[in-house]
Amino acid sequence: MELDSLYQEVILDHYKHPLNKGLADTYDAQVHHVNPSCGDEITLNISAKDGVITSITWDGVGCSISQASVSIASDLLVNKGFQEADAILQEFTELMQSKGTKEGNPDILEDAVALAGVSKFPARIKCALLGWMAFKDAAVRITTTNRGE
Amino acid sequence: MSFNVAKVRKDFPIFERTIRDGKKLIYLDSGATSQKPLSVIDAESNFYKFHNAAVHRGAHQLAEEATDAFEAARLKVADFLNAHEDEIVFTKSATESLNLIAYAMSNAEPGSAFALTSNNRIVVTEMEHHANLIPWQQLAARTGAELKWFEVTPEGRLDLSKIDSIITEGTKVVALTHQSNVLGTINPLDAIVKRAHEVGAVVVLDACQSVPHMPIDVKKLGVDFLTFSGHKAVGPTGVGVLWSSLLNELPPFLFGGSMIETVTMTSATWAPAPRKFEAGVPNMAQAVGLGAALDYLTAIGMDAIFEHEVALTGYLIDGLLQIPELSIVGPNNTDSRGGSVSFTVGQIHPHDLGQYLDSQGVAVRTGHHCAWPLTRKLGVPATTRASLYLYNDESDCDALFAAIIGAQKYFA
Repeated sequence: MELDSLYQEVILDHYKHPLNKGLADTYDAQVHHVNPSCGDEITLNISAKDGVITSITWDGVGCSISQASVSIASDLLVNKGFQEADAILQEFTELMQSKGTKEGNPDILEDAVALAGVSKFPARIKCALLGWMAFKDAAVRITTTNRGE
Repeated sequence: MSFNVAKVRKDFPIFERTIRDGKKLIYLDSGATSQKPLSVIDAESNFYKFHNAAVHRGAHQLAEEATDAFEAARLKVADFLNAHEDEIVFTKSATESLNLIAYAMSNAEPGSAFALTSNNRIVVTEMEHHANLIPWQQLAARTGAELKWFEVTPEGRLDLSKIDSIITEGTKVVALTHQSNVLGTINPLDAIVKRAHEVGAVVVLDACQSVPHMPIDVKKLGVDFLTFSGHKAVGPTGVGVLWSSLLNELPPFLFGGSMIETVTMTSATWAPAPRKFEAGVPNMAQAVGLGAALDYLTAIGMDAIFEHEVALTGYLIDGLLQIPELSIVGPNNTDSRGGSVSFTVGQIHPHDLGQYLDSQGVAVRTGHHCAWPLTRKLGVPATTRASLYLYNDESDCDALFAAIIGAQKYFA
């Protein structure tokens, strides 16, 4: 069933048991992103020290794809340097735009390869990208103010 | 004779195709846009094939035929609404129709009937589609007028208990939907129209969800402006309608060719309504297609369509309420209610539910349905909406019920 390629077990696991959900009290940058077509919302806090992301926490409402994706991203990108995180984000974005032609590199993307099936459902790509774009925005805010250096 | 859905469906070529690997198309998204009968597709296509020319200009036979077809479509719209043809403006969408009214009011001479100042009020409701909210927010911002609104009760009806303190002296516009695109609620108009006219306000009715589904007589409604879109009424996209009996007093919004009477290098005067609101070469093929759409609906009969949809809505609501953890957002019965039924299913997010339904061939809408303030008020981030039309029957509802139960198992 085509639907199973979208709703991989690992996605439903993250959806039901999200990682890093619940906002940390302290943070270096906080962003709020929405998906205006469906009303999904996410708030994301990140902290960094010496160029390394030390904490990613989030809260929000949304579909299983958006919630699982941000859960995966928060787990994958923490303890990474900004450049490395950006490279992972780039890899993930390309996977999402691949229209089902890429499987994703599990060495780089880890659990996020489970979202590969999303690329076959154009309406859901923005769900999967919501948390990643929020992260990108927050990371830019930190790096442009040098607060993470 | 009962309503013959099987016969109706044969008129719509799209029902010949299948969805997601051979599944029957269960189209329950007519609130977003309706499917088109062959007669409409042919009318639009035949205009291009045989009669295409710019209307109201050109000294040749094609221009004559195009003008005749375009103006005949205007007459059909007028007849459909029990209005006069000079009261019908073709726009590109209902959204444009509503913006036209709001922007035209901005263009009104200070002190004239449609001019607003900070002493005036604009009244809307909490159940408006963004298209009938934001143009008024913006008009209020441009003029300094105050924006007020009727609230929605938990069961999805307008709370009219404070009507006299909401529609006050100085109110110039009361803009509301005839039927909510989310809740299905059909709003009572008599008290609102009476109060609005008492204080000298005009009533603007967003009839996108009512004109396609029930008999509409603008004289009986008593409103001053009515808008609807062609594509929700089995017509083409790219054509909307603005009806008003006050067009002569309303200043124009878009300026250019066709809408003028005389032009010098420094000034211009306007053609009579409706022409002064139709600048540029209009959407001719789409207007002609809309004329064919209204012919199609008229031949079946708007009373029969409404009766069919009310009965089917009752069947839909009853079936949905049998499903555990399902809550309907909006009236739970068919009193003053049309065939848009929004609901939530336990903890399943509407996007996920919609995706599963799609895998079963069932097309629904999910999200906030361009009525974000309403879903926020009702405390749901999003809903799933099934919306019915003349080509739906009980088997479509049964397929929806089965698919929702399937989704509950899938996401359990």
